[in-house]
Amino acid sequence: MKRWLPVVLGIAVIAALPVLGDNYLLRLGTMFAMYAVLALSWNIIGGFAGYPSFASAAFFGLGAYSGAILQGAGLPMPLAWAAACLATALFAALLGMAILHLKGHYFAIASLVVGEVLLEVATSWTDLTGGGMGLNLPIIRISVDAQARLFFWSMLTLAVLTLVLAWRVFESRLGFGLQCIRQNEDAAAMVGVNTTLYKVIAFTLSALFVGGAGAMYASWVFYIEPPDVFHVLLAVKPIVMALLGGVGTVLGPVLGAGVFLVTEELVWRNFLDIHAGVLGLIIVVLIFFLPRGILGLVRRRRGVGPGPGARQVYALRREVS
Amino acid sequence: MSAILSLQGVSVRFGGLMALSEVDLAVAPGEVVGLIGPNGAGKTTLVNAVTGVYRPAAGQVLFDGRRIDGMKTYQIARLGIARTYQIVQPFPEMTAVANVMASAVFGPHALGMGDARHKAQEALEFVGLGAQADVPASELTLAGRKRLELAKGLAMDPKVLLLDEVNAGLNPAEIDFALDLIRQIAARGVTIIIIEHLMKVVMNLCTRIVVLHHGAKIAEGTPAEISRDARVIEAYLGNRYARTQHAEGGGG
Repeated sequence: MKRWLPVVLGIAVIAALPVLGDNYLLRLGTMFAMYAVLALSWNIIGGFAGYPSFASAAFFGLGAYSGAILQGAGLPMPLAWAAACLATALFAALLGMAILHLKGHYFAIASLVVGEVLLEVATSWTDLTGGGMGLNLPIIRISVDAQARLFFWSMLTLAVLTLVLAWRVFESRLGFGLQCIRQNEDAAAMVGVNTTLYKVIAFTLSALFVGGAGAMYASWVFYIEPPDVFHVLLAVKPIVMALLGGVGTVLGPVLGAGVFLVTEELVWRNFLDIHAGVLGLIIVVLIFFLPRGILGLVRRRRGVGPGPGARQVYALRREVS
Repeated sequence: MSAILSLQGVSVRFGGLMALSEVDLAVAPGEVVGLIGPNGAGKTTLVNAVTGVYRPAAGQVLFDGRRIDGMKTYQIARLGIARTYQIVQPFPEMTAVANVMASAVFGPHALGMGDARHKAQEALEFVGLGAQADVPASELTLAGRKRLELAKGLAMDPKVLLLDEVNAGLNPAEIDFALDLIRQIAARGVTIIIIEHLMKVVMNLCTRIVVLHHGAKIAEGTPAEISRDARVIEAYLGNRYARTQHAEGGGG
């Protein structure tokens, strides 16, 4: 419990951000929470199970469109968000059954293509999605400040839910099995891990809240179009954030999301013309010098042993003693 | 006694190559069966066919009277068939004890984490790795990793244990230690099928030996019978040597 005190305090401090009353800060806070949801979710399949998924963009876009269409059909906003979570998770379960037997690069490419396919579908299916014209969402009749606070707290709640999910998975039998799969899938099957089932569950969980984040994003910006919500960067950024913070750890992706957002924002402000290039360079350098991420560095300094594999065992040992 | 594990006409094909052709084998509970044969004879393929890594092109595999060919690897493992790999397959970043715990957690008894840890520690003590329980698997010596494989197999409480060259690459002292372990495991009533190149081990340990050559079973019998079998000598040492042996035997 003591270990979680800093985390709870951190969440409380972030949740108090509206006190400062600055809508720019609130926008950043909402983006941070959204990034945290994406990175934490990716980490379940990419970090715990070691399957390099590029499907985040597909899940995000699917969630955004599900939420937008349902809200357009008159469903209350929170229900539309919940429905978007479920629809995305169901999609991921079916998709996972189809592509999770692929390994390494093959899996990465298959998962990447899904986003592109959905982008085309959303662009062509004009009757349902509005096609290239995009889709407008119902306007909420409250003040701009109240809206900023509403979406900030909603997204933060989703991020906390995702963090709790990641932590529960990490400490569970499922997490242990995923660790085995990541380190040696054949040996995992040989000791009795139902590898297919575990991978599909991990993939489904990694989609659940990303779909919700997509739907919240759609409600937040009031207007979505296919190239925006299926953007390939939505698949790449979560991976970079998880790698930055510490892949396969519970808190690493949150840390990575924060560092990434700050870097992105600073670079964008100072290098308006070449910000994408500069950001890319920074990412390459960071990952080159921090292969285990920020948390990995901190733990090595403290001498807590080598990376996430060992962490798992400490977690297990705590549970036992 | 009826067989605990039996293969009936099992064939495994890789493209045009018959890696196993129509192999029959019946293993009674508590037996220690040696599986020998030159490189490429199909020994590991047989283990893979039993454990569900390969699906036989023909024939049946029965465990406790129940067909298991066509089952998934994890299902077969949960029935109580454990194996060790010729090339060790640890979870490299996990400690030794976590490696063994995986077998106890996901194996036939599906233990909780606490029980699994006790079980794992026990298995590690048994194979002589008790002191290295908290060392990452990747940092163990080869002999250590071979023992870890054995511990992982044991923690599943298997009915049948398939040992694929657990002694390859070990020095004589380490081999003696491993031999002793295998004897103790057999004494617990675990049925063992052991693939081995070292005749010392096979002759000492096995109640029965099966010889594979080019994917087919060419001989089966007690160690003494096998060491006299003309086809076995031919397979291992070439037919010219076998002929001179035969001639000398006939002359003297």
